[in-house]
Amino acid sequence: MHKVGVIRLGILRGGLEFKQFLRQKEVVFFSLLFPVMLLFIFGTIFSKNLTPGVSFAQYFIAGMIASGLVNTGFQNLAILIPMERDFGTLKRLRGTPLSPISYFIGKAIVVALSLVLQVILLVAIGWAFFHLHMPHSPALWLRFFAILVLGSICSTVLGIAISALPKSGRGASAVISPIVIILQFFSGVFFVFTQLPHWMQQVASLFPLRWLTEGMRSVFLPDSFKSQELTHSWEVGKMFAVLGAWAIVGTILAVRSFKWSEE
Amino acid sequence: MSASTNSQSRADLAISVRGLTKSYDGRVVVNGVDLDVAQGEIFALLGPNGAGKTTFVEILEGYRRRDSGEVKVLHTDPDTLTRTDHIWRTRIGIVLQSTEDGQDLTVKETVHHFAHYYPNARNPDEVIELVGLTEQANNRARNLSGGQRRRLDVALGIIGNPEILFLDEPTTGFDPQARRSFWELIRNLRAAGTTILLTTHYLDEAEALADRVGVIVAGSIIEIATPATLGGRNTAQAVISWIWNGEMKELATDNPTSDVLKIAEQCGGEIPELRITRPSLEDIYLKMISREETHA
Repeated sequence: MHKVGVIRLGILRGGLEFKQFLRQKEVVFFSLLFPVMLLFIFGTIFSKNLTPGVSFAQYFIAGMIASGLVNTGFQNLAILIPMERDFGTLKRLRGTPLSPISYFIGKAIVVALSLVLQVILLVAIGWAFFHLHMPHSPALWLRFFAILVLGSICSTVLGIAISALPKSGRGASAVISPIVIILQFFSGVFFVFTQLPHWMQQVASLFPLRWLTEGMRSVFLPDSFKSQELTHSWEVGKMFAVLGAWAIVGTILAVRSFKWSEE
Repeated sequence: MSASTNSQSRADLAISVRGLTKSYDGRVVVNGVDLDVAQGEIFALLGPNGAGKTTFVEILEGYRRRDSGEVKVLHTDPDTLTRTDHIWRTRIGIVLQSTEDGQDLTVKETVHHFAHYYPNARNPDEVIELVGLTEQANNRARNLSGGQRRRLDVALGIIGNPEILFLDEPTTGFDPQARRSFWELIRNLRAAGTTILLTTHYLDEAEALADRVGVIVAGSIIEIATPATLGGRNTAQAVISWIWNGEMKELATDNPTSDVLKIAEQCGGEIPELRITRPSLEDIYLKMISREETHA
């Protein structure tokens, strides 16, 4: 099939799958509103400012957006794809001329669209209720979008790659959810990263979430806060390098390990 | 058979299978099957559950790899397909056993979407009409009845205008009227030149549709014949039954007409509760598989 055809079909699939996502009211509700609820809970518990003018919510939202990247991509796909295997979706698709690449593109589009919804919701709530300050320069906005794009690619391909492991949709949720929650604790989503034990920091540094979180802090926190990071800098270059490496490794793993069906 | 006539006849075959074998964990599921299906033919595969029907068909569809033997579907070996070989897939249509995917999409959305996958797709609205789902076109799949859901599966199987259509137990869950209209649909597809390989539990379905049937038991095809001649059905004895002196009499015979005349003479005219029966396809089939299963 023509290359253009593969991309076009991927876009069509993405649209169709997003439509399906929006029609599953309970899925939409929990995947989009759970992070918002967390923001409310943490923002309310830790109501005093970190420093004058910088609320805990300002710190926390960086972690929540980074988590949103992991949830909408990695976690959702790692559970959804085995479910699609159970339901016969993948078997049916495999019997058609549809390229797996189109299927991947479709998934990436669904991830990107739900991520956009998620980020808009979090930022709007943060702005309305917790005095969230927006990034204050075009360079920071650019970095913000670059992290979102690279992060969602990373998250999508790693989600597809890991979806080969669980034997069933039901098993997938049991396997993946704890991994993501532990990663969130280790990566400084819920706590200040530099206050975590050294070994946790080291483990977290192997995975993308810690870098996404720090990257988002560099966007949402005043520049003075970088002195509190491990290396007293935002490590922006290193962050993009790590995410880029994971995106490449993830793509290779996804293409190699993806299975239409269990034989 | 010489090599030239061999290749001549093979050119007209939609499906050609020789010595196909497949086992799982040392258990033989398909055991040395040979089968030829001509272009434009409807072939029905009959067999009890677990006889290897689905495994056999899924090997032809390219879902499973065989252990040994030769398989050609539209002159292509499904095992040599690579992930990027879409051309062959555009030429075959597959209706799997029941699925639950796309529950939140409407019939119309689903059929229109799948039409994009094929270069020579049929008109999606016509296909919806053809499978009798026009009234349900805007219903979501989760709100369809079992038979309607199955017809959606069939719609997705034929949307690409395939040269071969594989149907795995297509009418399970249909009401009698839906089955009749489904059979009509299959006959129309055949009339348009589509080759059809069908597995079914319904003997009347095989009889109504198939040019030939094959009976598969424990992984082997034990007979291939037309529905009218399977298991010697055409030459099987007729059974005459009647009541004589309050007692049920039965006579198996090759000459039912002359025997009935003799019995009528005995009875002095009308024969009480006269019935003449020939074995149905189902009788023959059940006899065949019980014989095979006691052998095994």
